[in-house]
Order: sequence, then C-alpha cells, then structure tokens
Amino acid sequence: MTFNLSSNIWVWIAVFFTLSVYSFLWKDNPLFKFAESVTVGVGMGYAMVQWFTLSLVGRFWTPLTTDFSSRFHLIIPAIMGLMLITRLIPRFTWLSRYALAFTMGAGSGFALPRVIQAGVLQQLYATMLPIEFSLHGFLYNFIIIVGVLSGLIYFFFSKEHKGWFGSIANVGIWFLMVGFGATFGYTVMARLSLFIGRVLFVLRDALGFLKI
Amino acid sequence: MGFFKKLEKLDRRIIYIVITLAVILPFFFPMHMPIAIQPEVKSIYDYIESLTPTDIVLFSGDYDPQVEAELSPMFDAVLAHCFEKNIKVIVANPFSIMGMGLVEPRLKKLADEYNKVYGVDYVFLGWRPGGFLLILGMGEDFNKTWETDYYNTRLVDIPLTQNIKDYDDIALVLALAGSAAYNSWIVFAYAQYRQKIAAGITAVMAADAYPALQAGQLIGIMGGLRGAAEYEQLVHRPSLGSVGMEAQSWAHVVIILFIILGNLGYFASRKRKK
Repeated sequence: MTFNLSSNIWVWIAVFFTLSVYSFLWKDNPLFKFAESVTVGVGMGYAMVQWFTLSLVGRFWTPLTTDFSSRFHLIIPAIMGLMLITRLIPRFTWLSRYALAFTMGAGSGFALPRVIQAGVLQQLYATMLPIEFSLHGFLYNFIIIVGVLSGLIYFFFSKEHKGWFGSIANVGIWFLMVGFGATFGYTVMARLSLFIGRVLFVLRDALGFLKI
Repeated sequence: MGFFKKLEKLDRRIIYIVITLAVILPFFFPMHMPIAIQPEVKSIYDYIESLTPTDIVLFSGDYDPQVEAELSPMFDAVLAHCFEKNIKVIVANPFSIMGMGLVEPRLKKLADEYNKVYGVDYVFLGWRPGGFLLILGMGEDFNKTWETDYYNTRLVDIPLTQNIKDYDDIALVLALAGSAAYNSWIVFAYAQYRQKIAAGITAVMAADAYPALQAGQLIGIMGGLRGAAEYEQLVHRPSLGSVGMEAQSWAHVVIILFIILGNLGYFASRKRKK
C-alpha cells in the first residue's frame, strides 16, 4: 500500500472543494457556501466565454465580416436576438414577443411531428406484440401488454375506479410501483457513482494510491 | 431503550459515515467481484465489433462535470474499442458546452495511445449553437451544418469528413448524455432518418430509456457506472468503471441493510402503538 502525493496545486484545490461540498452532509457551513458559489460562478463564466467565442464571434461576427455577400442573412437572427433583449427596456418590451413567437412557432413545428412519431406512435407499435409460443416470449409480451393496458386504465379518470375497472387500475398501480422502484434503485446507484467518482479522484489523482 | 427504538433515533450522519466506509474500504481491500454483462451493453459491443475500418462512429458527448464520473468511463471504453478496431471517430458536443472540456483531453490521450492521426482517424467538432437543429441538419448536409471542426479547420479540407454527406455515412451515434439529449437523438435522428443510436446515460435516466430500447429506437444502453464497467470488461480494459463497481456493490449492500432495518423498525413501532 503506497501513496504518491500529487505535486499539482490544482489537484489539491479540487480536493479542497470536494471536501467542502461533502461537509454539507454534516451540517450547512461557510465552506460549503463558498464552494457552492465558486462552482456556480466558474460554471457560468466558462459557459459565457464559450458562448461568446463559439456562437457570437465564431458563427456570427467572423463569417459576417469575412464574407458579407454570402452571409448577410445572418443579420436577421441577430436582429431577432436583439429583439429578445428588449425585454430589459419597458418601452420596447413588445418587440421581444415577435422574436419569442418565431422561436416557439419554429421550435414546435420542428419538434411536434417528430415527438409524436418517436414518443407516441413508435412506442405504440412496440406494444402491439404477437403471441409467441415460447414460454419466455409469451411471458415477456404478456407482461408488456398487461402493463400498458392496466397503466392506461389507471390514468383514465372519466370512469370511477370501481368493480372490474378498479381491479385493472389496481394492477396498473403495481406496474407503476415497480417502475418507480426501478427508477429509485437506479437513482441511488447514480448518486453513489458520483460519490465513488470523487473518492477515486482523491485516491488516484491526489494521493496516488490507485494506479489506473 | 430497545434496539428498534434506538434505530428510530439514529443520527443520519452515522448512516453517511457507514456508507462512506463501505465505498472507501473496497479500494484498500478488493475482493475482485465478477461483473455480469447485460444484453443491452453487449449489443453495443457486438454492433461495433461488426463495423469495419471504413465505418464512422459519432460520439455525442453531452454531459457536464457533475456526471463525469459515470459517463467518461463509457467514453473511454467505447472510444478505445473503436480505435482498437481502426474505426473512424467523430466527437461532437451538440447539447453541452461544458462537455467539450471533458471529452477533448480524453480523446487526445487515447488517440496518442493508439497512434491515431487527427483528421484521418478522428475529428473533434466541439459545440455549436443549434441543439436539435444540428441533428436535423446532419441528416441533410453534414459538412454544411458543422462547417468547421473545433480548431476552425473547414470540414471539406479534412480527409475524414470531406466525403461525409449525411447519416448514411455514419454507422452509429453514441449519445453520451447527462440529460434528455439522448432522447433528442431518438426524436430527430432515429425517427426522421432511422439513424442507429446507442445511449450511454446516467443511472438516474436509465429506467426511462428502456422503453426506447424495447421499441428498437436504441440498439443498446449503458446505464451509469455499471454500464461503463460492463463495457470495460467486454473490451478487456478495466478502468474507473470496473474499479468503482466493487465500492458500488458494497454500498448497495449497506443501503439494502438499512432499508430492511428501517422497515423492521417501522413495523415494530406500529405494533407497539397498536
């Protein structure tokens, strides 16, 4: 069991922030608040610089100034972007609505048919399964069909959940519970994975204990 | 005070300490637990195994630092597999501006390890504004949509990308996402262009992705650190995922014990009240 401490100051700064954030588990404290604020600030700063460089300069200013004749159409989205900022000036707020309306209209137009295709129709086709004559195939398809139908009936609120209808809705609740349980299990796994990630960082990068 | 009475008053911080020990100790005393491979991970491996050196895999690295622990091991494992088989690789971050800084150093490191040449064997596109419009655009004209790589070289001047027209030239999209970005690939690339997509996602999102797998919209799923560990096992390259799985298993055992104890305490207190 040998340790090889890192000589990189940034690694130890990262270790300090990791411990500061996890100190919240003991109780709220100034170190956690400091780490939280720095994380938000650095994240926003990094993103803003990248947005400015790659989007405003890279995709608008440079193409426009180097090849105006074939890129002059870029002025239109730029004007619409400026219209959005008019929300900050009460007298001209109404201008931002046009840009917002365009964005929402175009976005919905692009997304709606494809979302219905992928999220509704293709999912529906996937529940229209043949009755297979192998035990595995039959059980697999049967569970999916029963789960979909009972789940849909549970969410059908125009008829009171009583009698045979209520019984099927109850089966739907069981399927939903299994789904929530799976999601919760995966969530626990995810949170632990992130913690393991930080432990690995401390053991490998800072303490030099793990050689991966 | 009985055992269950004490349990009811247990300080939550003791639970944190026990879980912390369950995570840290396995690194010092490894038991080398086996990692079983799930079919949804194996199907991604099998598909990449079936590709040839003329095929291109597009990595969509749409994740931020907070989920790097889960997704970067997947990125490394699948990228190593592609490089091992001399498959061409394009890495982009259409949905995450933060993802650029995470995937670029890993791409360079692995490319050096496998002696890959930039522009011939792999290309890094980085981030562009547009989100789902980029996905739709790639289905119409790949080079016109991206125009340049991350280093501002025109794609028509790069040997690997100059002949890419649309999704017909891309064998697989691996959507590594810490958000619903993988779903945008399904909605805009699969539904519209029938592009083959595999998802490498955080464990939180994995349960939601299984309907897409069952519907054939995804060829496979890697869910969380476990998915990464399984892929590492498949490519015989144990790394962060595999090392972390032992800690994960022990932490799960501790949590299951706490859940059982908590329920026993609950039923005991209910009986007492009656």
